[in-house]
Amino acid sequence: MKVEEMVCIMCPLGCRLVVKQEDNGEINVSGNRCPRGIEYGKQEMVEPLRILTSSVLVLNGDMPLVSVKTNKPIPRRVIMQVMDILKNTKVEAPVRVGDVIIKDVLNTGADIVATRNVERREKSSTT
Amino acid sequence: MKEKSVDILVIGAGAAGLGAAIGAAREGVNEVVLVERDDRSGGVLNQCIHNGFGLHYFREELTGPEYAERIKRIVQQYPNIDVKVEQYVHQIDYRRKEVVVASTEGITVYKPKALIVATGARERPMGGILVPGTRPSGVFTAGVAQRFVNLENRLPGRRAIIVGSGDIGLIMARRLTLEGVEVVAVVERMPYPGGLERNIRQCLKDFNIPLYLSHTVVGIYGRERLEEVVIAQLDESFKPIPGTEKRFKVDTLILSVGLIPQSTLFKDFLKIDPWTKGIVTSSSGRSSLNWIFAAGNCTVIYDLVDWVTEEGTVAGKFAAMYVKNSWEPAKFFVEKGQNVGILFPSWYEEGTNLNIYLRVKKPMEEGTIRVKQRNNLLYSKKHLNLSPSEMISIKIPESKIGSGDILVEVVE
Repeated sequence: MKVEEMVCIMCPLGCRLVVKQEDNGEINVSGNRCPRGIEYGKQEMVEPLRILTSSVLVLNGDMPLVSVKTNKPIPRRVIMQVMDILKNTKVEAPVRVGDVIIKDVLNTGADIVATRNVERREKSSTT
Repeated sequence: MKEKSVDILVIGAGAAGLGAAIGAAREGVNEVVLVERDDRSGGVLNQCIHNGFGLHYFREELTGPEYAERIKRIVQQYPNIDVKVEQYVHQIDYRRKEVVVASTEGITVYKPKALIVATGARERPMGGILVPGTRPSGVFTAGVAQRFVNLENRLPGRRAIIVGSGDIGLIMARRLTLEGVEVVAVVERMPYPGGLERNIRQCLKDFNIPLYLSHTVVGIYGRERLEEVVIAQLDESFKPIPGTEKRFKVDTLILSVGLIPQSTLFKDFLKIDPWTKGIVTSSSGRSSLNWIFAAGNCTVIYDLVDWVTEEGTVAGKFAAMYVKNSWEPAKFFVEKGQNVGILFPSWYEEGTNLNIYLRVKKPMEEGTIRVKQRNNLLYSKKHLNLSPSEMISIKIPESKIGSGDILVEVVE
Protein backbone atom coordinates (compact mmCIF):
# COMPACT_ATOMS: atom_id res chain seq x y z
CA MET A 1 0.00 0.00 0.00
CA LYS A 2 1.21 3.50 -0.87
CA VAL A 3 0.10 6.46 1.28
CA GLU A 4 0.72 10.09 0.41
CA GLU A 5 -0.28 13.27 2.18
CA MET A 6 -0.92 16.19 -0.10
CA VAL A 7 -2.64 19.54 -0.28
CA CYS A 8 -5.45 19.78 -2.78
CA ILE A 9 -4.74 22.57 -5.27
CA MET A 10 -8.11 22.58 -7.02
CA CYS A 11 -9.04 25.81 -5.24
CA PRO A 12 -7.50 28.17 -2.67
CA LEU A 13 -9.15 26.34 0.27
CA GLY A 14 -6.20 23.91 0.31
CA CYS A 15 -7.72 20.79 1.89
CA ARG A 16 -5.16 18.38 3.35
CA LEU A 17 -5.69 15.04 1.69
CA VAL A 18 -4.53 11.57 2.63
CA VAL A 19 -4.41 9.41 -0.49
CA LYS A 20 -4.07 5.63 -0.09
CA GLN A 21 -3.35 3.34 -3.00
CA GLU A 22 -4.06 -0.33 -2.21
CA ASP A 23 -1.94 -3.09 -3.77
CA ASN A 24 -4.83 -3.91 -6.11
CA GLY A 25 -4.59 -0.33 -7.48
CA GLU A 26 -7.70 0.99 -5.75
CA ILE A 27 -7.24 4.59 -4.53
CA ASN A 28 -9.03 6.11 -1.51
CA VAL A 29 -8.99 9.80 -0.68
CA SER A 30 -9.85 11.38 2.68
CA GLY A 31 -9.66 14.93 4.05
CA ASN A 32 -11.41 16.50 1.05
CA ARG A 33 -14.27 18.95 1.50
CA CYS A 34 -15.71 18.57 -2.01
CA PRO A 35 -15.78 15.99 -4.83
CA ARG A 36 -13.01 17.79 -6.70
CA GLY A 37 -10.65 16.70 -3.91
CA ILE A 38 -11.25 13.00 -4.63
CA GLU A 39 -10.65 13.56 -8.31
CA TYR A 40 -7.47 15.53 -7.56
CA GLY A 41 -6.08 13.00 -5.05
CA LYS A 42 -6.58 10.06 -7.44
CA GLN A 43 -5.12 11.90 -10.40
CA GLU A 44 -2.15 13.18 -8.40
CA MET A 45 -1.23 9.61 -7.46
CA VAL A 46 -1.28 8.43 -11.07
CA GLU A 47 -0.25 11.40 -13.23
CA PRO A 48 -0.12 14.94 -11.78
CA LEU A 49 -1.94 17.39 -14.01
CA ARG A 50 -1.58 21.17 -14.00
CA ILE A 51 -3.12 24.14 -15.76
CA LEU A 52 -0.20 26.01 -17.34
CA THR A 53 -0.39 29.79 -17.49
CA SER A 54 2.18 31.84 -19.36
CA SER A 55 2.31 34.40 -22.16
CA VAL A 56 3.24 34.66 -25.84
CA LEU A 57 4.57 37.51 -27.95
CA VAL A 58 2.11 39.75 -29.76
CA LEU A 59 2.97 41.60 -32.96
CA ASN A 60 1.56 45.12 -33.36
CA GLY A 61 -0.27 44.98 -30.04
CA ASP A 62 -0.76 47.75 -27.49
CA MET A 63 1.09 45.36 -25.14
CA PRO A 64 4.10 43.18 -26.02
CA LEU A 65 2.60 40.00 -24.56
CA VAL A 66 -0.73 38.25 -24.38
CA SER A 67 -1.32 36.06 -21.34
CA VAL A 68 -2.41 32.49 -22.12
CA LYS A 69 -3.44 29.27 -20.39
CA THR A 70 -4.14 25.67 -21.23
CA ASN A 71 -7.92 25.30 -21.35
CA LYS A 72 -7.61 22.06 -19.38
CA PRO A 73 -4.94 20.55 -17.15
CA ILE A 74 -1.95 18.95 -18.89
CA PRO A 75 0.55 16.40 -17.52
CA ARG A 76 3.04 18.16 -15.28
CA ARG A 77 5.93 16.32 -16.95
CA VAL A 78 5.35 18.09 -20.32
CA ILE A 79 5.16 21.64 -18.91
CA MET A 80 8.72 22.64 -19.87
CA GLN A 81 8.24 21.25 -23.40
CA VAL A 82 5.07 23.32 -23.79
CA MET A 83 6.98 26.37 -22.50
CA ASP A 84 9.54 25.87 -25.32
CA ILE A 85 6.70 25.91 -27.84
CA LEU A 86 5.18 29.06 -26.30
CA LYS A 87 8.55 30.84 -26.42
CA ASN A 88 8.62 30.32 -30.19
CA THR A 89 5.03 31.44 -30.75
CA LYS A 90 3.97 34.87 -32.00
CA VAL A 91 0.46 36.12 -32.65
CA GLU A 92 -0.83 39.17 -34.48
CA ALA A 93 -2.97 41.71 -32.61
CA PRO A 94 -5.85 42.07 -31.97
CA VAL A 95 -6.30 39.11 -29.64
CA ARG A 96 -9.47 38.41 -27.63
CA VAL A 97 -9.97 36.47 -24.40
CA GLY A 98 -10.67 32.86 -25.34
CA ASP A 99 -8.97 32.97 -28.78
CA VAL A 100 -7.26 29.64 -29.48
CA ILE A 101 -3.55 30.31 -29.98
CA ILE A 102 -2.42 26.66 -30.36
CA LYS A 103 -4.83 23.78 -30.84
CA ASP A 104 -4.17 20.47 -29.03
CA VAL A 105 -0.70 21.46 -27.84
CA LEU A 106 1.73 18.48 -27.82
CA ASN A 107 -1.23 16.11 -28.33
CA THR A 108 -2.37 16.74 -24.75
CA GLY A 109 -5.93 17.43 -25.87
CA ALA A 110 -5.61 20.93 -24.37
CA ASP A 111 -5.64 24.16 -26.36
CA ILE A 112 -3.55 27.22 -25.55
CA VAL A 113 -6.07 30.08 -25.25
CA ALA A 114 -5.65 33.81 -24.71
CA THR A 115 -6.67 35.17 -21.30
CA ARG A 116 -6.49 38.87 -22.13
CA ASN A 117 -7.61 41.28 -24.82
CA VAL A 118 -4.74 42.93 -26.67
CA GLU A 119 -5.71 45.70 -29.10
CA ARG A 120 -3.81 46.71 -32.23
CA ARG A 121 -1.22 49.35 -31.47
CA GLU A 122 -2.73 52.19 -33.53
CA LYS A 123 -5.97 51.96 -31.54
CA SER A 124 -6.16 53.47 -28.10
CA SER A 125 -6.20 51.05 -25.21
CA THR A 126 -9.45 49.84 -23.70
CA THR A 127 -10.47 50.72 -20.22
CA MET B 1 -9.40 73.92 -14.02
CA LYS B 2 -12.78 72.20 -14.25
CA GLU B 3 -15.26 71.54 -11.50
CA LYS B 4 -17.47 68.49 -11.62
CA SER B 5 -20.23 67.38 -9.25
CA VAL B 6 -20.82 63.63 -9.18
CA ASP B 7 -22.83 61.30 -6.97
CA ILE B 8 -19.93 58.95 -6.29
CA LEU B 9 -16.23 59.18 -7.03
CA VAL B 10 -14.17 56.00 -6.75
CA ILE B 11 -10.38 56.22 -6.44
CA GLY B 12 -8.79 53.17 -8.04
CA ALA B 13 -10.23 50.90 -10.76
CA GLY B 14 -8.91 47.56 -9.57
CA ALA B 15 -10.90 44.65 -8.20
CA ALA B 16 -12.31 46.72 -5.32
CA GLY B 17 -13.02 49.93 -7.24
CA LEU B 18 -14.74 48.15 -10.13
CA GLY B 19 -16.79 46.18 -7.60
CA ALA B 20 -17.68 49.41 -5.80
CA ALA B 21 -18.84 51.02 -9.04
CA ILE B 22 -21.06 48.02 -9.77
CA GLY B 23 -22.52 48.07 -6.25
CA ALA B 24 -23.26 51.79 -6.49
CA ALA B 25 -24.69 51.64 -10.01
CA ARG B 26 -26.98 48.72 -9.08
CA GLU B 27 -28.34 50.78 -6.21
CA GLY B 28 -29.33 53.40 -8.76
CA VAL B 29 -27.25 56.57 -8.35
CA ASN B 30 -26.91 58.99 -11.24
CA GLU B 31 -23.22 59.16 -11.91
CA VAL B 32 -20.28 57.10 -10.72
CA VAL B 33 -16.80 58.18 -11.82
CA LEU B 34 -13.78 55.93 -11.32
CA VAL B 35 -10.34 57.50 -11.51
CA GLU B 36 -7.40 55.15 -12.15
CA ARG B 37 -3.70 56.02 -12.11
CA ASP B 38 -2.61 53.25 -14.53
CA ASP B 39 -3.25 53.34 -18.29
CA ARG B 40 -5.93 50.64 -17.99
CA SER B 41 -8.35 49.44 -15.36
CA GLY B 42 -8.05 46.08 -13.59
CA GLY B 43 -5.26 46.93 -11.17
CA VAL B 44 -2.82 44.22 -10.18
CA LEU B 45 -5.07 41.57 -11.79
CA ASN B 46 -3.58 42.54 -15.16
CA GLN B 47 -0.19 41.18 -14.19
CA CYS B 48 -1.45 38.16 -12.21
CA ILE B 49 -1.62 35.84 -15.22
CA HIS B 50 -1.83 32.70 -13.06
CA ASN B 51 -5.16 31.06 -12.29
CA GLY B 52 -7.08 30.62 -9.05
CA PHE B 53 -9.26 33.71 -9.19
CA GLY B 54 -13.03 33.94 -9.32
CA LEU B 55 -14.09 30.69 -7.63
CA HIS B 56 -16.33 32.57 -5.19
CA TYR B 57 -17.45 35.58 -7.22
CA PHE B 58 -17.86 33.98 -10.65
CA ARG B 59 -18.07 30.29 -9.56
CA GLU B 60 -15.35 29.54 -12.09
CA GLU B 61 -11.57 29.38 -11.98
CA LEU B 62 -10.07 32.26 -13.92
CA THR B 63 -6.69 33.91 -14.46
CA GLY B 64 -6.22 37.49 -13.23
CA PRO B 65 -6.67 39.14 -16.65
CA GLU B 66 -9.80 37.02 -17.32
CA TYR B 67 -11.23 38.03 -13.94
CA ALA B 68 -10.54 41.69 -14.76
CA GLU B 69 -12.21 41.33 -18.18
CA ARG B 70 -15.29 39.77 -16.53
CA ILE B 71 -15.76 42.61 -14.07
CA LYS B 72 -15.09 45.20 -16.76
CA ARG B 73 -17.82 43.61 -18.86
CA ILE B 74 -20.28 44.01 -15.97
CA VAL B 75 -19.16 47.63 -15.48
CA GLN B 76 -19.81 48.31 -19.18
CA GLN B 77 -23.46 47.31 -18.75
CA TYR B 78 -24.04 50.41 -16.64
CA PRO B 79 -24.08 53.63 -18.67
CA ASN B 80 -23.86 55.68 -15.47
CA ILE B 81 -20.34 54.39 -14.70
CA ASP B 82 -17.47 56.36 -16.23
CA VAL B 83 -14.00 54.76 -15.93
CA LYS B 84 -11.20 57.28 -16.47
CA VAL B 85 -7.58 56.07 -16.75
CA GLU B 86 -4.26 57.95 -16.34
CA GLN B 87 -5.73 60.07 -13.54
CA TYR B 88 -3.68 61.15 -10.57
CA VAL B 89 -5.36 62.15 -7.32
CA HIS B 90 -3.35 65.10 -6.12
CA GLN B 91 -5.21 66.29 -3.06
CA ILE B 92 -8.36 65.78 -1.02
CA ASP B 93 -10.01 68.62 0.88
CA TYR B 94 -12.15 66.66 3.30
CA ARG B 95 -13.85 69.76 4.75
CA ARG B 96 -15.04 71.05 1.36
CA LYS B 97 -15.53 67.50 0.06
CA GLU B 98 -13.33 68.16 -2.96
CA VAL B 99 -10.95 65.81 -4.75
CA VAL B 100 -8.32 67.36 -7.01
CA VAL B 101 -7.36 65.08 -9.90
CA ALA B 102 -4.61 65.71 -12.47
CA SER B 103 -4.65 64.08 -15.90
CA THR B 104 -3.70 64.86 -19.51
CA GLU B 105 -6.99 66.79 -19.69
CA GLY B 106 -5.71 69.13 -16.97
CA ILE B 107 -6.89 69.56 -13.41
CA THR B 108 -10.40 68.51 -12.42
CA VAL B 109 -11.91 69.30 -9.04
CA TYR B 110 -14.49 66.65 -8.28
CA LYS B 111 -17.25 67.39 -5.79
CA PRO B 112 -18.64 63.96 -4.94
CA LYS B 113 -21.52 63.33 -2.56
CA ALA B 114 -19.70 60.17 -1.49
CA LEU B 115 -16.13 59.05 -2.04
CA ILE B 116 -15.01 55.42 -2.24
CA VAL B 117 -11.33 54.72 -1.63
CA ALA B 118 -10.09 51.63 -3.45
CA THR B 119 -6.40 52.37 -3.68
CA GLY B 120 -5.16 48.85 -2.98
CA ALA B 121 -1.77 48.13 -1.48
CA ARG B 122 1.93 48.70 -2.04
CA GLU B 123 4.68 46.16 -1.54
CA ARG B 124 6.74 46.33 1.62
CA PRO B 125 10.16 47.56 0.45
CA MET B 126 13.71 46.43 1.23
CA GLY B 127 14.11 49.19 3.81
CA GLY B 128 11.68 47.28 5.97
CA ILE B 129 14.22 44.53 6.55
CA LEU B 130 17.61 45.85 7.54
CA VAL B 131 20.24 43.81 5.73
CA PRO B 132 24.02 44.39 5.95
CA GLY B 133 26.20 44.54 2.83
CA THR B 134 26.30 46.65 -0.32
CA ARG B 135 23.41 48.04 -2.36
CA PRO B 136 23.86 46.66 -5.87
CA SER B 137 21.21 46.56 -8.61
CA GLY B 138 19.29 43.33 -9.01
CA VAL B 139 17.01 43.68 -5.99
CA PHE B 140 13.32 43.81 -6.90
CA THR B 141 10.00 43.45 -5.15
CA ALA B 142 7.98 40.50 -6.41
CA GLY B 143 5.28 42.69 -7.94
CA VAL B 144 7.83 44.67 -9.92
CA ALA B 145 9.43 41.45 -11.18
CA GLN B 146 5.93 40.19 -12.05
CA ARG B 147 5.20 43.33 -14.03
CA PHE B 148 8.54 43.00 -15.91
CA VAL B 149 7.92 39.38 -16.86
CA ASN B 150 4.18 39.36 -17.49
CA LEU B 151 3.50 42.79 -18.97
CA GLU B 152 6.78 44.17 -20.28
CA ASN B 153 8.46 41.01 -21.61
CA ARG B 154 11.66 41.52 -19.60
CA LEU B 155 13.47 39.16 -17.23
CA PRO B 156 14.89 40.56 -13.98
CA GLY B 157 18.02 38.32 -14.14
CA ARG B 158 19.33 34.78 -14.65
CA ARG B 159 19.75 33.28 -11.17
CA ALA B 160 17.43 34.39 -8.39
CA ILE B 161 16.76 33.97 -4.70
CA ILE B 162 13.34 34.85 -3.32
CA VAL B 163 12.96 36.38 0.11
CA GLY B 164 9.57 35.90 1.74
CA SER B 165 7.16 33.08 1.03
CA GLY B 166 4.04 35.16 0.48
CA ASP B 167 1.86 34.10 -2.45
CA ILE B 168 3.34 36.60 -4.88
CA GLY B 169 6.83 35.32 -4.04
CA LEU B 170 5.82 31.69 -4.55
CA ILE B 171 4.03 32.46 -7.79
CA MET B 172 7.07 34.38 -9.04
CA ALA B 173 9.32 31.42 -8.14
CA ARG B 174 7.30 29.30 -10.58
CA ARG B 175 6.92 32.02 -13.17
CA LEU B 176 10.66 32.76 -13.29
CA THR B 177 11.47 29.03 -13.44
CA LEU B 178 9.11 28.58 -16.40
CA GLU B 179 10.85 31.49 -18.14
CA GLY B 180 14.27 29.88 -17.67
CA VAL B 181 15.51 31.79 -14.63
CA GLU B 182 17.16 29.51 -12.06
CA VAL B 183 15.46 30.02 -8.70
CA VAL B 184 17.90 28.69 -6.10
CA ALA B 185 15.80 29.13 -2.94
CA VAL B 186 12.85 30.73 -1.20
CA VAL B 187 13.74 32.09 2.24
CA GLU B 188 11.15 32.64 4.99
CA ARG B 189 11.91 34.06 8.44
CA MET B 190 8.87 32.52 10.10
CA PRO B 191 8.76 28.79 10.93
CA TYR B 192 5.77 28.43 8.57
CA PRO B 193 5.20 29.61 4.99
CA GLY B 194 3.53 32.95 4.30
CA GLY B 195 1.53 31.86 1.28
CA LEU B 196 -1.23 29.36 0.63
CA GLU B 197 -0.44 25.64 0.88
CA ARG B 198 -1.51 25.06 -2.70
CA ASN B 199 1.14 27.49 -3.88
CA ILE B 200 3.86 25.71 -1.87
CA ARG B 201 2.83 22.56 -3.73
CA GLN B 202 2.38 23.80 -7.27
CA CYS B 203 4.98 26.58 -7.31
CA LEU B 204 7.85 25.14 -5.25
CA LYS B 205 7.54 21.35 -4.87
CA ASP B 206 6.56 20.87 -8.52
CA PHE B 207 9.86 22.48 -9.55
CA ASN B 208 12.04 21.23 -6.67
CA ILE B 209 12.70 24.73 -5.38
CA PRO B 210 13.96 24.55 -1.78
CA LEU B 211 12.09 26.49 0.91
CA TYR B 212 14.19 27.57 3.90
CA LEU B 213 11.88 28.24 6.87
CA SER B 214 13.22 30.15 9.91
CA HIS B 215 15.94 31.67 7.72
CA THR B 216 16.73 35.23 6.76
CA VAL B 217 19.09 37.21 4.55
CA VAL B 218 22.14 38.35 6.49
CA GLY B 219 24.19 39.77 3.64
CA ILE B 220 23.75 41.24 0.16
CA TYR B 221 26.94 41.70 -1.85
CA GLY B 222 27.90 42.96 -5.30
CA ARG B 223 29.67 45.90 -6.91
CA GLU B 224 27.19 47.16 -9.47
CA ARG B 225 25.07 44.08 -9.94
CA LEU B 226 24.12 41.66 -7.16
CA GLU B 227 26.66 38.82 -6.93
CA GLU B 228 26.06 37.01 -3.65
CA VAL B 229 23.35 36.63 -1.01
CA VAL B 230 24.07 35.10 2.39
CA ILE B 231 21.26 33.56 4.44
CA ALA B 232 21.31 32.15 7.97
CA GLN B 233 18.98 30.20 10.22
CA LEU B 234 17.12 32.09 12.95
CA ASP B 235 16.68 31.07 16.55
CA GLU B 236 13.37 31.37 18.39
CA SER B 237 13.94 35.05 19.09
CA PHE B 238 14.61 35.67 15.36
CA LYS B 239 18.38 36.15 15.82
CA PRO B 240 20.68 34.60 13.18
CA ILE B 241 22.49 31.52 14.51
CA PRO B 242 26.26 31.88 13.83
CA GLY B 243 27.69 29.10 11.71
CA THR B 244 24.46 28.39 9.82
CA GLU B 245 25.25 30.75 6.94
CA LYS B 246 24.65 29.59 3.37
CA ARG B 247 25.99 31.52 0.37
CA PHE B 248 24.21 31.74 -2.97
CA LYS B 249 25.76 33.16 -6.13
CA VAL B 250 22.79 35.01 -7.59
CA ASP B 251 22.29 38.12 -9.70
CA THR B 252 18.71 38.72 -8.56
CA LEU B 253 16.92 39.00 -5.24
CA ILE B 254 13.14 39.08 -5.29
CA LEU B 255 11.47 40.45 -2.21
CA SER B 256 8.01 39.22 -1.22
CA VAL B 257 7.64 40.35 2.37
CA GLY B 258 4.09 41.55 2.43
CA LEU B 259 1.77 44.31 1.34
CA ILE B 260 0.92 47.59 3.02
CA PRO B 261 -2.47 49.25 2.47
CA GLN B 262 -2.09 52.40 0.41
CA SER B 263 -3.63 54.91 2.81
CA THR B 264 -1.13 57.78 3.10
CA LEU B 265 -3.31 60.18 1.07
CA PHE B 266 -6.01 59.87 3.74
CA LYS B 267 -3.96 59.72 6.94
CA ASP B 268 -4.71 63.30 7.97
CA PHE B 269 -8.48 62.88 8.12
CA LEU B 270 -9.42 59.18 8.24
CA LYS B 271 -8.81 56.75 11.06
CA ILE B 272 -5.94 54.48 9.98
CA ASP B 273 -4.88 51.36 11.88
CA PRO B 274 -1.42 52.37 13.17
CA TRP B 275 -0.16 48.79 12.93
CA THR B 276 -1.53 47.54 9.58
CA LYS B 277 -1.91 51.00 7.92
CA GLY B 278 -5.36 49.91 6.75
CA ILE B 279 -8.21 52.42 6.56
CA VAL B 280 -10.51 51.56 9.46
CA THR B 281 -14.02 50.78 8.22
CA SER B 282 -17.40 49.47 9.27
CA SER B 283 -19.39 46.54 7.89
CA SER B 284 -20.80 48.87 5.22
CA GLY B 285 -17.33 49.94 4.11
CA ARG B 286 -17.80 53.35 5.72
CA SER B 287 -14.64 54.98 7.08
CA SER B 288 -14.46 57.24 10.14
CA LEU B 289 -16.01 60.04 8.00
CA ASN B 290 -19.63 59.48 7.02
CA TRP B 291 -19.26 60.35 3.30
CA ILE B 292 -16.05 58.39 2.68
CA PHE B 293 -16.11 54.62 2.14
CA ALA B 294 -13.19 52.29 1.52
CA ALA B 295 -12.81 48.73 0.27
CA GLY B 296 -10.22 46.16 -0.72
CA ASN B 297 -6.54 46.01 0.13
CA CYS B 298 -6.45 49.63 1.31
CA THR B 299 -8.50 48.47 4.33
CA VAL B 300 -7.07 45.01 5.04
CA ILE B 301 -4.83 42.71 2.99
CA TYR B 302 -7.03 39.96 1.55
CA ASP B 303 -6.05 36.49 0.33
CA LEU B 304 -8.67 36.29 -2.39
CA VAL B 305 -9.59 38.89 -4.98
CA ASP B 306 -13.16 37.59 -4.89
CA TRP B 307 -13.54 38.99 -1.38
CA VAL B 308 -12.04 42.29 -2.51
CA THR B 309 -14.66 42.67 -5.23
CA GLU B 310 -17.42 41.56 -2.89
CA GLU B 311 -16.48 44.13 -0.23
CA GLY B 312 -16.14 46.73 -2.99
CA THR B 313 -19.70 45.94 -4.04
CA VAL B 314 -20.86 46.30 -0.43
CA ALA B 315 -19.15 49.69 -0.06
CA GLY B 316 -20.64 50.82 -3.37
CA LYS B 317 -24.14 49.82 -2.33
CA PHE B 318 -24.05 51.62 1.02
CA ALA B 319 -22.28 54.68 -0.40
CA ALA B 320 -25.17 54.90 -2.87
CA MET B 321 -27.70 54.57 -0.03
CA TYR B 322 -25.93 57.39 1.76
CA VAL B 323 -26.11 59.56 -1.38
CA LYS B 324 -29.80 58.76 -1.96
CA ASN B 325 -31.20 59.05 1.56
CA SER B 326 -28.37 60.01 3.94
CA TRP B 327 -28.23 56.39 5.21
CA GLU B 328 -26.34 56.45 8.51
CA PRO B 329 -27.53 53.90 11.06
CA ALA B 330 -26.30 53.20 14.60
CA LYS B 331 -22.88 51.59 14.78
CA PHE B 332 -21.14 49.30 17.26
CA PHE B 333 -17.56 48.22 17.80
CA VAL B 334 -16.30 44.91 16.47
CA GLU B 335 -13.49 44.02 18.83
CA LYS B 336 -10.53 41.65 18.65
CA GLY B 337 -10.62 38.92 21.26
CA GLN B 338 -7.96 36.34 22.07
CA ASN B 339 -5.77 34.92 19.25
CA VAL B 340 -7.16 37.32 16.64
CA GLY B 341 -4.32 39.06 14.77
CA ILE B 342 -6.08 40.86 11.93
CA LEU B 343 -9.78 41.67 12.02
CA PHE B 344 -12.12 43.34 9.54
CA PRO B 345 -14.39 45.29 9.98
CA SER B 346 -13.87 47.53 13.02
CA TRP B 347 -17.50 48.62 13.38
CA TYR B 348 -20.86 47.03 12.69
CA GLU B 349 -23.58 49.23 11.21
CA GLU B 350 -27.20 48.22 11.73
CA GLY B 351 -28.96 47.00 8.63
CA THR B 352 -25.87 45.40 7.06
CA ASN B 353 -24.70 41.80 6.94
CA LEU B 354 -21.58 41.23 8.99
CA ASN B 355 -18.82 39.85 6.76
CA ILE B 356 -15.88 39.18 9.06
CA TYR B 357 -12.38 38.56 7.73
CA LEU B 358 -9.75 37.51 10.23
CA ARG B 359 -6.27 36.13 10.59
CA VAL B 360 -5.21 34.24 13.67
CA LYS B 361 -2.14 35.43 15.60
CA LYS B 362 -0.26 32.10 15.47
CA PRO B 363 -0.65 28.69 13.81
CA MET B 364 -3.13 26.46 15.66
CA GLU B 365 -4.04 22.84 15.01
CA GLU B 366 -7.61 23.64 15.92
CA GLY B 367 -9.54 26.56 17.31
CA THR B 368 -13.14 27.59 17.81
CA ILE B 369 -14.01 30.91 16.27
CA ARG B 370 -16.69 32.70 18.26
CA VAL B 371 -18.57 35.88 17.49
CA LYS B 372 -20.49 37.29 20.45
CA GLN B 373 -22.81 40.26 20.86
CA ARG B 374 -23.41 40.78 24.57
CA ASN B 375 -24.69 37.38 25.72
CA ASN B 376 -25.80 36.40 22.27
CA LEU B 377 -23.57 33.92 20.42
CA LEU B 378 -23.79 34.89 16.73
CA TYR B 379 -21.33 32.29 15.46
CA SER B 380 -19.31 29.43 16.87
CA LYS B 381 -17.45 26.90 14.78
CA LYS B 382 -14.38 24.72 15.17
CA HIS B 383 -11.74 25.27 12.49
CA LEU B 384 -8.78 22.97 11.78
CA ASN B 385 -5.24 23.95 10.76
CA LEU B 386 -5.52 27.67 11.41
CA SER B 387 -2.59 29.72 10.16
CA PRO B 388 -1.92 33.48 10.03
CA SER B 389 -1.21 33.09 6.30
CA GLU B 390 -4.78 32.00 5.55
CA MET B 391 -7.55 34.51 5.98
CA ILE B 392 -10.85 33.22 7.32
CA SER B 393 -14.15 34.65 6.12
CA ILE B 394 -17.32 34.42 8.20
CA LYS B 395 -20.69 35.71 7.07
CA ILE B 396 -23.38 36.57 9.58
CA PRO B 397 -26.70 37.69 8.12
CA GLU B 398 -28.26 40.93 9.32
CA SER B 399 -31.30 39.06 10.66
CA LYS B 400 -29.19 37.37 13.38
CA ILE B 401 -27.63 40.58 14.67
CA GLY B 402 -29.05 42.90 17.34
CA SER B 403 -27.53 45.98 18.93
CA GLY B 404 -24.40 46.17 21.05
CA ASP B 405 -20.67 45.76 20.63
CA ILE B 406 -19.40 42.56 19.04
CA LEU B 407 -16.43 40.44 20.11
CA VAL B 408 -14.54 38.06 17.80
CA GLU B 409 -12.25 35.48 19.40
CA VAL B 410 -10.50 32.21 18.64
CA VAL B 411 -10.48 29.77 21.53
CA GLU B 412 -7.85 27.01 21.47
